[in-house]
Amino acid sequence: MRARAALLAALVLALLAPAAAAAERASLTEVEKQVMCPVCGTLLQLAESPQAQRERVFINNLIGEGKSEGEIKDALVAEYGNEVLALPPESGFSLSAYVVPIIALLVAAAALAIGVLRWRRAGGGSGGVGGGSGRPAAPSERDSERLDADLARYDL
Amino acid sequence: MSFRSVIAVLGVLAVVGLLVFGLASKGSSGLAVGDPVPTSALPRLEGDGSGSLAAYRGRWVLVNFWASWCEPCRAEAPALEKFQREHGGPRFAVLGIDTRDLSGDGQDFVREFGLSYPQLRDGDGGAAHDYGTSGVPETFLVDPQGRLRLHVPGPVDEQTLEGSVAPLLPEGKS
Repeated sequence: MRARAALLAALVLALLAPAAAAAERASLTEVEKQVMCPVCGTLLQLAESPQAQRERVFINNLIGEGKSEGEIKDALVAEYGNEVLALPPESGFSLSAYVVPIIALLVAAAALAIGVLRWRRAGGGSGGVGGGSGRPAAPSERDSERLDADLARYDL
Repeated sequence: MSFRSVIAVLGVLAVVGLLVFGLASKGSSGLAVGDPVPTSALPRLEGDGSGSLAAYRGRWVLVNFWASWCEPCRAEAPALEKFQREHGGPRFAVLGIDTRDLSGDGQDFVREFGLSYPQLRDGDGGAAHDYGTSGVPETFLVDPQGRLRLHVPGPVDEQTLEGSVAPLLPEGKS
């Protein structure tokens, strides 16, 4: 029984290992979407310049050597610098490209929430058509006097 | 000024500051004749270590930006090598800067054309940007004080080198 289980496990591993390796294997199409053509200033996927062609050959050679996507991108950075990456690295000053928009979004959401709260506290929206709570704000003393005077004038 | 006004002014200043920073970091005004040229250190194309134009202070230097994938660069390489052989010496040198190129391709280029003058590597194009180049090849003649004396956008040939560069160099073998 144990021997059969061990044989089954070995068989499963033998079947899964090549599939996992194939899944990790880099492809030119995938790398092209993630890196730039430094001379053209566009994604390598869209570039047709002589420099882009050499970059593709370089990537294909690394794929042939069995390098992963990460290793290929590292090699491209070593050749062309960080600007070859379509997305900036998630470290150092480049991290701000990810953090700043999130902070800006949070600040904007907080400002909006504070604004809405203040507006509601001030009775905003209660006087309009279908205005929120449905309870109209009480008229001021001066408005009441004016209303009474107007009503008296029309003798209703 | 109320707190709200201060926040609004700070917000506007931050946006304007970001715009100015973006323009300043991306923009490239280019060098004019008489301007001091950038001297930041660059790695050598072959071998270890780095080099800089600062090491050439006191000599005339013809700085040539090139790349192996650039056809006009291939066309001008023999003329530059010939000029170096004829005029190179203690008072003048050609200095190549391989820009936005694969280091292996650049090294093959140097071997293919038998270039004997020193070569630096500018993989990210930072030096080319600092010089204000708009492409490759471009050539800059720098005087012994480190100031630009001549700029040739595009390829150079023997006629350009002998007619425009050589007359500016000191008499005899430089």
